[in-house]
Amino acid sequence: MSSEPLLLEIKDLHVHFAVYGGRLKVLDGINFYMRNGEKVGLVGETGCGKTTTMKTILRVLPMPPARIPQGEIYFMNSDILKMSNSELQQVRGRGISMIFQDPTAALNPVFNVGEQMMAVIKHSENRGKRSSRQEIHQQAINSLQEVALADPERLLRSYPVQLSGGMRQRVCIGMALSTHPKLLIADEPGTSLDVTIQDQVLRLLRALVVEKNTSIILITHTLGIVRELTDRVYVMYAGNMVEVATTKKLFANPRHPYTQGLISTVPRLTGGGIASGIPGRIPDYLNPPPGCRFHPRCPYVMDICHTEKPPLFRLDQDHEVACFLYHDQKKDTTMP
Amino acid sequence: MTTDILTATDLKKYFVIGHTSRLKGKPITVKAVDTVSFSIHNGETLGLVGESGSGKSTIAYTIIGMYRPTSGNLKFRGEELFQANRKRPLHLRKEIQIVFQDPGSSLNPRRNIKEILELPLKIHQPSNNRLDQIIHLLETVDMPPEYMYKYTHMLSGGEKQIVAVARALATNPSLMILDEPTSALDVSVQAKIINLFLRLQNEFNLSYLFITHDLSLMRNVASRVAIMYLGKICEVAETADFFQRPLHPYTQMLLSSIPVVTEEEEKLKPKKVISTGEIPSPVNIPIGCSFNTRCPFVMDICYKIDPVMVEAGKDHTVRCHLFNQPELTSNT
Repeated sequence: MSSEPLLLEIKDLHVHFAVYGGRLKVLDGINFYMRNGEKVGLVGETGCGKTTTMKTILRVLPMPPARIPQGEIYFMNSDILKMSNSELQQVRGRGISMIFQDPTAALNPVFNVGEQMMAVIKHSENRGKRSSRQEIHQQAINSLQEVALADPERLLRSYPVQLSGGMRQRVCIGMALSTHPKLLIADEPGTSLDVTIQDQVLRLLRALVVEKNTSIILITHTLGIVRELTDRVYVMYAGNMVEVATTKKLFANPRHPYTQGLISTVPRLTGGGIASGIPGRIPDYLNPPPGCRFHPRCPYVMDICHTEKPPLFRLDQDHEVACFLYHDQKKDTTMP
Repeated sequence: MTTDILTATDLKKYFVIGHTSRLKGKPITVKAVDTVSFSIHNGETLGLVGESGSGKSTIAYTIIGMYRPTSGNLKFRGEELFQANRKRPLHLRKEIQIVFQDPGSSLNPRRNIKEILELPLKIHQPSNNRLDQIIHLLETVDMPPEYMYKYTHMLSGGEKQIVAVARALATNPSLMILDEPTSALDVSVQAKIINLFLRLQNEFNLSYLFITHDLSLMRNVASRVAIMYLGKICEVAETADFFQRPLHPYTQMLLSSIPVVTEEEEKLKPKKVISTGEIPSPVNIPIGCSFNTRCPFVMDICYKIDPVMVEAGKDHTVRCHLFNQPELTSNT
C-alpha cells in the first residue's frame, strides 16, 4: 500500500435534509479516504448521494435544509466541518477545486471569461501577496494555454455563449487548475459533451493531473471513464459505500451484487445483448429500508440483510465490500 | 428478400437563420440535413449515430412530419409522405410514431397517464371500451394498470419513458423513431427500456430508427448502423461488419474514443485515432469534405471535392476519398 500521507478522509458522515413530510436520510455513514496523488473514482446511479458527498466536502451544501448530524471530514489533517469561514476560503480554490458537470451553468453568462478567471486567481492568492493586474492577466493566459486553447487573449475577452461546449469545459478545467489545488473534484466532467470531444477533454485532464501531481476525485456514472482514468474506485448506493477496490480488481472481479449488476448492464462493444438490469429502483430516503439499503433489489438477499446494516468486509489488502455474503471474511477495522 | 418500409432519397432540410444584410441580403442557411439517402428494411433496427448538431434529430422530425423537407423524397412503403399542399393523411400518421429523448418534457404534466394514452386512441383506434384498451396497453409495456391515475411527476425517469413508449404504441404503428430514448437515464434503467424495445419489436414486428450517440449501445440493438457528420451520412454498414471493419476516419475516431469496461472490448477498438479539433459550425461547413478539418488522413483532394458514397464491401458504403480508388474497393 502507498505510504503517501492521507489527503482527505471522511469518517462516518451522515447528511440529512429536512423536507416537508420528514427527514431525508441521504448519506448514511460514509467512510472514504484518499492519499496524495491518488486518482479516485466515485460511481453510482443518479440520486445515490455522489454529488451531496462532494458538496459537503466543499461545504457548499445549503444548510438548512441540509444537516450534518454526525461525521468528520479531514483535509490535510484539519476538520473541514469545524473550520471558520476564512479558513474555509483558504481551502476552497487552493486546497480543493471543483469542475461541474455542466460548464454552461458553471460559468456566469454576463461576465467574460477573463473577469471570471482573474477573480478566481485573485481570491486564491496568499494573504498579503498582491499581484498586479498584469500578473494576474498573465496567469490567466497561462492557464488557458495549459488546457490547449488557442488564442487565449481573445478568449479572455469573449463571453461563455461565444464558446462551444468543449471550449467551455476546458475553460472550467483551466480555471479549476489555475489555483494549483491539491485536490480536484470532477463531477461528471464529460457527460454533457460529445464522445470525441469528451475523449479530448478527459485526455487533457489526465495529462494535467499527472503533470501537476494533483489528486483527483472523479464522480461519474459512466463506468468506462472510471476504468480509464482512476486507480481506485468507490461504489455508492443509496448513501452508502458498498464496495471499494482498485480499479483493476473492481472491473475484473466485482463482489457486491449491486456492483455486479451495474457492470453487467453496461452495453458492450463486443455485442451479445444487454443484461436485464437491476430490478426495482433506488429507495425512498424518507423511509429507507432497514438493514442493508440494497436488500429489496438484491438477488441474494438473506434474513440478516433485513435487520442489520452490513459493515465493510475486507477481502484482501485493497478490496472491501459491504455485504453479508462475505461475512466470513475478517471485518474491517483497519481503515487508515 | 427484404422490403423497405421507409426510403429517403436526396433528402434535404435547410433552415434559414438570418440574412447577410438587413434589406437585400442573401439568406444564411444551415444545412441541417444535406442530400441524405437511406432506407429502413422491414422489421430491422437502423441505428443513426452522430454528434450533437449532426442532423440526426432533424431527420427524425422530418420523417414524423414536424418539418417539411427542403427537397428530396421520403417514401413510406412506396407512398410519398409529403404530398404537395396537403396534410399527411391519417393512416400514414398512425404508422409512424416517435419516442423523444426527454420524457420529462414530452409528457404533459397536467394530464394523468390515462389521459395521455387516451388521446392517440381517440384519434386512431376509436372504440367503445377505451379503458380496456388503455389497460391492455399498459400491460404490453409491463406497467401495472393502477398507474393509470398517476401524473408524470409521480413517476421516475424510466417509468416516464415507458409511458412515452406506450403512447407511441397506442396507434399500433409499424415504424417507431426512437430519438435518444435512453440518454437521459441511468445504465440499469436503460437496460430495462432497451429490453422492452427488443421485446416489442418481436411481438409487433416493428421497425426502428434508433438515434443515439452511444456506439456500444448501438452494437447491441441495431441491425445496421449509419454514421452522420454535419448533415451527411458518411458510412452505412451491417452492425457486425461495421464494428469489425470501420472504414471512415470519423468512424474510427468515434470508435476509438469510447470508454469501455472490459479488456475484450479494448482489443476490438481500432488503433487510437486521436480526436482533434472541434466540430465546425453547421453554418460554415468546410468546402470539400466536411470532415477535412479534423481528419488525420486528409489529402489535397479533400479540400476541393466532396466525396460521394461508394460501395466498399457487401452492404457497406462509405463516403471518403480514401476509398474512391477502384483498386482499393475491389480488394476489400
